[in-house]
Amino acid sequence: METLITILVGILVTVAVYLLLSRSLIRIIVGSAVLSHAVHLLLMVMGGLKKGSAPLLDENATSYTDPLPQALILTAIVISFAVTAFLLVLGYRTYKETGLDDSKELRGFTDE
Amino acid sequence: MLTILMAILIPFIAAILIPFIYKFIPRINIGWFVLVVPILLFIGLVRYVPSVAAGETYIKTISWIPSAGINFTTYLDGLSLIFGLLITGVGSLVILYSIYYLSDRESLGHFYVYLLLFMGAMLGVVFSDNMMVLYVFWELTSISSFLLIAFWYHRKQSRYGAQKSLLITVTGGLAMLIGFVMLYAMTGTFSIRENIAAIGDFTNHPLFVAALVLVLLGAFTKSAQFPFHIWLPDAMEAPTPVSAYLHSATMVKAGIYLVARFTTIFGGEEVWFYAVSGIGLLTLFWGSLNAIRQTDLKALLAYSTISQLGLVMSLFGLGSVALNAGVSSDSILYTQATFAALFHLINHSTFKGALFMVVGIVDHNVGTRDVRRLGGLMSLMPVTFSIALIGSFSMAGLPPFNGFLSKEMFFEAMLMMRDFDVLSIRSLGTIFPIVAWIASIFTFVYSMIIVFQTFFGEHQPDRLDRKAHEASKGMLIAPSVLAVLVVGIFFFPNIIGNYLLRPAMAAIYPTFLDVDQLTPHISAWHGLKNNMPLLMTIGVVIIGFLLYISLHRWRSLYSVGPMLWNLDTLYNWSLKQMESSSTAITNYYMSGHLRDYLTYIFGFFLFAVGGSLVLLGGFSFDVSNDAPILINEVILVLVMAIAAVCIVFVPSRVTAILLNGVLGYSIALFFVIFRAPDLALTQIVVETVTTALFLLCFYFLPELKREKSVRSSKILNGIIAISAGVLVTVIALSVQGNKLFDSISIYFENAYELTGGKNIVNTILGDFRAFDTMLEVVVLFIAGIGVYTLIKLKARKGERDVED
Repeated sequence: METLITILVGILVTVAVYLLLSRSLIRIIVGSAVLSHAVHLLLMVMGGLKKGSAPLLDENATSYTDPLPQALILTAIVISFAVTAFLLVLGYRTYKETGLDDSKELRGFTDE
Repeated sequence: MLTILMAILIPFIAAILIPFIYKFIPRINIGWFVLVVPILLFIGLVRYVPSVAAGETYIKTISWIPSAGINFTTYLDGLSLIFGLLITGVGSLVILYSIYYLSDRESLGHFYVYLLLFMGAMLGVVFSDNMMVLYVFWELTSISSFLLIAFWYHRKQSRYGAQKSLLITVTGGLAMLIGFVMLYAMTGTFSIRENIAAIGDFTNHPLFVAALVLVLLGAFTKSAQFPFHIWLPDAMEAPTPVSAYLHSATMVKAGIYLVARFTTIFGGEEVWFYAVSGIGLLTLFWGSLNAIRQTDLKALLAYSTISQLGLVMSLFGLGSVALNAGVSSDSILYTQATFAALFHLINHSTFKGALFMVVGIVDHNVGTRDVRRLGGLMSLMPVTFSIALIGSFSMAGLPPFNGFLSKEMFFEAMLMMRDFDVLSIRSLGTIFPIVAWIASIFTFVYSMIIVFQTFFGEHQPDRLDRKAHEASKGMLIAPSVLAVLVVGIFFFPNIIGNYLLRPAMAAIYPTFLDVDQLTPHISAWHGLKNNMPLLMTIGVVIIGFLLYISLHRWRSLYSVGPMLWNLDTLYNWSLKQMESSSTAITNYYMSGHLRDYLTYIFGFFLFAVGGSLVLLGGFSFDVSNDAPILINEVILVLVMAIAAVCIVFVPSRVTAILLNGVLGYSIALFFVIFRAPDLALTQIVVETVTTALFLLCFYFLPELKREKSVRSSKILNGIIAISAGVLVTVIALSVQGNKLFDSISIYFENAYELTGGKNIVNTILGDFRAFDTMLEVVVLFIAGIGVYTLIKLKARKGERDVED
């Protein structure tokens, strides 16, 4: 299971990096969102998968899954949400002001 | 009694106070307040003279960074005392002079702050025993010199000169720092005294010669030795008091001090002898030769300073032979060269300081320093003329002035090289006195130029900017004091010899126990028999006189062949090359495209992380610990992979956004499978909001265009993306393959006892790591404000929009 998820993480990273390297603002923003998905999964994998029951003490289980990555991911989800939201609005505003959504044209270059 | 530490700190403290005094007491010239500082320090240091002459040294250590071997150690011995007295003594006179020289309209506050900064730094250089501390003060002198040269910063030439001096001296300083570190690597201590004691065991160390050369580079750049001398003439753009102080009497002598101080460490090495005496002689010759062709009096004095510094340097080189030869009655002869060097050092400060001030007076009163426009000022400025005469004749080496004494000793030391067989250079040895003699002839010629072309000949009032008149009394005090010293030292040289030079000699030659032998009696008259130095002086006067009166005939030689070679051109060319090529390189990779920067970042990630993974062979793959795979999980993985790949290729933005949503919800499902209920809940909420936001914005954003970029860059992007993905996978697998540490999560399973909460993830966030969570909320808050302002912020009516 871990290996499978890790490969999935690799695919997500590939897609995210490709999107980040493109020129359209919306693709870049989607790229960053995909990258954060990849990182969340990666963190999850690092703690080991399905090693016990959910980390709730009432369950009276003999072992729990590692709660630490979960806490980290929870923080990461919220932060990445904040960043994505901000980027989106930034892109929206940039487009409204300049009519451009191409990072290269925004920089003042008209062609390659 | 004034402690040495206080002596270093007082100028800095004064430098802090001066701006306030300048602001609140504007009616009195700020220079009078500043003047108090060097005078007090001078008096304080003079009180050390008797005890230091009796052989005492003062050392005081204040721990600073003991773990790195860096302590603030002040050390006062004969050598540093000479320099300390020069710095404070000449400093007092220069400040007194500048009170009258600079008009009240100049920004005097800045000027004196820089000057005090320099004074403190310079005292720090000569009184520090720790090489690191010395280095800091050393660079501080370069910086204050930079500020002072650029004092009239509206002039292009001032800025050019300031930059040039800073670049050259700081480069040398860096070399010196490396040399110091090498010494530390050998002996394990930054203390100069401890190095002197320990270095004997390391003379065969491979770093020894390298350290020697690097330390010398620092000294040569600072003391304007060939070929680094080019900064000194340009430094003459500074106000004349500064030139007199920094660029003739003190700062340029920091290099001399360094050589004197490190002679004890490196002096036994042949390389030291050849480098110091060879470069010194070359500088002496080149400086004096070039001084003659200058038409600006200050430039002439600059070249003359270069040449005189070369003279002192070469003498120190000769003096090091005594250490090479070891302690014996023969080798003690060579120490006389060092004695002459120290003596000439003091003499040079007196006569050159006086000359600079004279030139400043001439410039101040008639508005030009060009010898072609000057002339006949003798009757108009009699006092100035007398001082100029005393200074120039002393520089030329004529009696009854102190320059005569040290010039004679210089010749004597050079003549010793004829029968010098320590380093097996028998025939070469004769070159020394010959070069020294020729250079002295040129010295004589330019000294005459200063006096005769300025003060004799025809007065040309129509070519002067202002009517010539004698300088004010206040302005004449400082050069007069120096002129009196020039004559006084000639008649009573042994006071200097016994009280200042003797302890300095003892400091340079600690292995020679008999100090009395190190300090010969200085006398003006050695008798006629066997008096080669006197014959040389007479020769200098005769030939120099002939050359001077025929100057107009051979001056054209300066435009012939090698004399046109110009190190300044080389300097300017390389500076320009450096700037243009660094601009070209920077512009090449700093393209301004976000994509390029990301390429660098990912490229470096691949190179560094992937490279080290391959190099260390860290890859390992272990599936034995894996949880079993269920069919629904496989389906979910496939869904995510297909959705992700499709995002890249879909043409419509709404599809891309929805596919991103698919990814998010699938991850939420995974969280359920992986026993993380909190995460699943949060992920579902966040994903919903994110998708909604995307769709909201999508309404305003343009349709995805087909990427216009060319195919090759797309392929490159693809390669980078795929390698990044592969690398992440490989690393993640390797990490799972070797678990180096046990999980620390056991700690949190005690959550109920520790916090009273049963949801472990919640207790981590809300209790164990509550501070993190709080900051996370702050981030959310900031992002919220950002989002709000970006949507709401609009230019008010009538105002131009922010973007335009």
